[in-house]
Amino acid sequence: MKKIITGKAFVLGNDVDTDQIIPAAHLVYRIDDEEEKKNYGKFALSGVPLEESGLPKGNIPFTKEGEWRSEFTIIIGGKNFGCGSSREHAPFALQVAGIEAVVAEGYARIFYRNSIDGAFLAPFETSEHLYQEIHTGDELELHTETGELKNLTQNKMYHLKSLGDVQAIIAAGGIFAYARNAGMLSQ
Amino acid sequence: MAMTITEKILAKHSGKSSVRAGDNVWIDVDVLMTHDVCGPGTFAIFKKEFGKEAKVWNNEKVVVIPDHYVFTSDVHANRNIQILRDFVAEHHLPHFYDVGSPNYKGVCHITLPEEGFTRPGEVLFGTDSHTCTAGAFGEFATGIGNTDAAFVLGTGKLWVKVPETMKFIFEGEMPKYLMAKDLILAVIGKIGVDGASYRAMDFCGETIDAMTMEDRMTICNMVIEAGGKNGICAPDKTTYDYLSTRTTKHFESFYNDDDAKYHSIHRFNVKDIEPTIAKPHSPDNKASVKEVAGTKLDRAYIGSCTGGKISDFLAAAEIMYGEKVKIETFIVPATTDVAKAMKELKVKDKTILQIFEEAGCQIGESSCAACLGGPKDTFGRLNHDEVCISSTNRNFPGRMGTKKSQVYLASPYTVAASAVKGVIASPREFFQ
Repeated sequence: MKKIITGKAFVLGNDVDTDQIIPAAHLVYRIDDEEEKKNYGKFALSGVPLEESGLPKGNIPFTKEGEWRSEFTIIIGGKNFGCGSSREHAPFALQVAGIEAVVAEGYARIFYRNSIDGAFLAPFETSEHLYQEIHTGDELELHTETGELKNLTQNKMYHLKSLGDVQAIIAAGGIFAYARNAGMLSQ
Repeated sequence: MAMTITEKILAKHSGKSSVRAGDNVWIDVDVLMTHDVCGPGTFAIFKKEFGKEAKVWNNEKVVVIPDHYVFTSDVHANRNIQILRDFVAEHHLPHFYDVGSPNYKGVCHITLPEEGFTRPGEVLFGTDSHTCTAGAFGEFATGIGNTDAAFVLGTGKLWVKVPETMKFIFEGEMPKYLMAKDLILAVIGKIGVDGASYRAMDFCGETIDAMTMEDRMTICNMVIEAGGKNGICAPDKTTYDYLSTRTTKHFESFYNDDDAKYHSIHRFNVKDIEPTIAKPHSPDNKASVKEVAGTKLDRAYIGSCTGGKISDFLAAAEIMYGEKVKIETFIVPATTDVAKAMKELKVKDKTILQIFEEAGCQIGESSCAACLGGPKDTFGRLNHDEVCISSTNRNFPGRMGTKKSQVYLASPYTVAASAVKGVIASPREFFQ
């Protein structure tokens, strides 16, 4: 995980479920094929209702037509982000599209685990309603070790919650690297 | 130290005399299940991390059940089933329910109990969020992603945080018009879609004690819709009777200690619960059926791990006997065993299948089908702006097809009554 993640914010609301993050019809592509996996970036967040896509205005596509990389780097969400299915394709699709961190008020358990154990993105928690303050397109700077989040566009600063117990797994680079470091798996 | 059922199972599987909520522990896995949507990714990560020549930790403990995208012309979906076949052959996995073979079953969460893979006191992980269904058997069962599943496949272990337990006590005799689905929709409506996040949900009380295994499965199936990590019902004679013809493996039953610590305790008297519905677009968007009665519908759907068991179709057939449906109605048995029982079990003088056919329903093949939308040609998929009432589990935007469609979740009784009336209708009048 980078010490500082910088880039544009893409803002979503509460209860963004995995069908919105990557609709079920698109779960068929290989994750181990460089060309085929681009589809996950292309269709990431394509299930979000248009009026809720890129708050506060809405109607902002996460990836532009025909592209598989998004111009956005950090997602800001409300409560229960990633609820619904266990599909690891959800954090994977966001990573393929270029997302490095999500900042939400809370996560559904499996999405949270998947994000960490697969080292797809860093799931930070906030106790503030940041999705009502930060606007899609704002330039952000996230200091991952201290949990400081700077909104460069609005010139504001927030303090996110510590990653706690899972910090060690994220720092190692996922569950496999963590288990190797701990001597549970051969190198 | 006093422990809950979930704590006792996790203590045993981590080799400790006791654990408490909040502990992080590495546990031994008894069964790992995967399917056609997440199996290919799991196997790819397994090979990348453990090497192309690596062996799975225990081939008797791996169960592979294609069920999601089975009857489709989608080339990627069919390719994925072939990836399952290749891996199963390479690793000599004995528990594979291949499409097109006499072994084919259908929905994984119903296949697992039918085939005897759900046993009290065990740990079951599956690459599907509804793996929590198996908690009905008094085991720790939960959904995981591909990376975690690949880790289990190579090591037989996984880390978990021991969850706090929320206790849900149901009292009273179930009224005839009410089903287990109504109870769990009432719970989710009360606590919300994140009301049990990271926690175990323990279901007990005289109502649960009197329930069949299928009803307990319906309740545990939907704990994920409240964010729950696992659902749990204490095993009893009903559990042992169900398993007696399905497994010979020894298992150990665990019970809550009298002074076990709970996050919270919630009491319900089932006499106070009405037939319940979840309106679009969230499983916690609760209403009583009578509050939304008369809402216009385009479609009814009965199927899935939640509402596609034989008891669900028996219930629907009771309502549809001698009736015609007024809207297009899709019937999808969860497994081939359920499909077979539909041809054998009767309401009065007619088989369940006959009743559905005479009512004008469309009958699909055993699989997950349109519960999660799937490829465009999936049986029953909502491809336009349909309004559907469904016995399935989730109704977030786009869950059963396009994001323009709308889904109401209800019990098989309510879905069948609504199919017959063409609008949302209460099953109560059918039992007067």
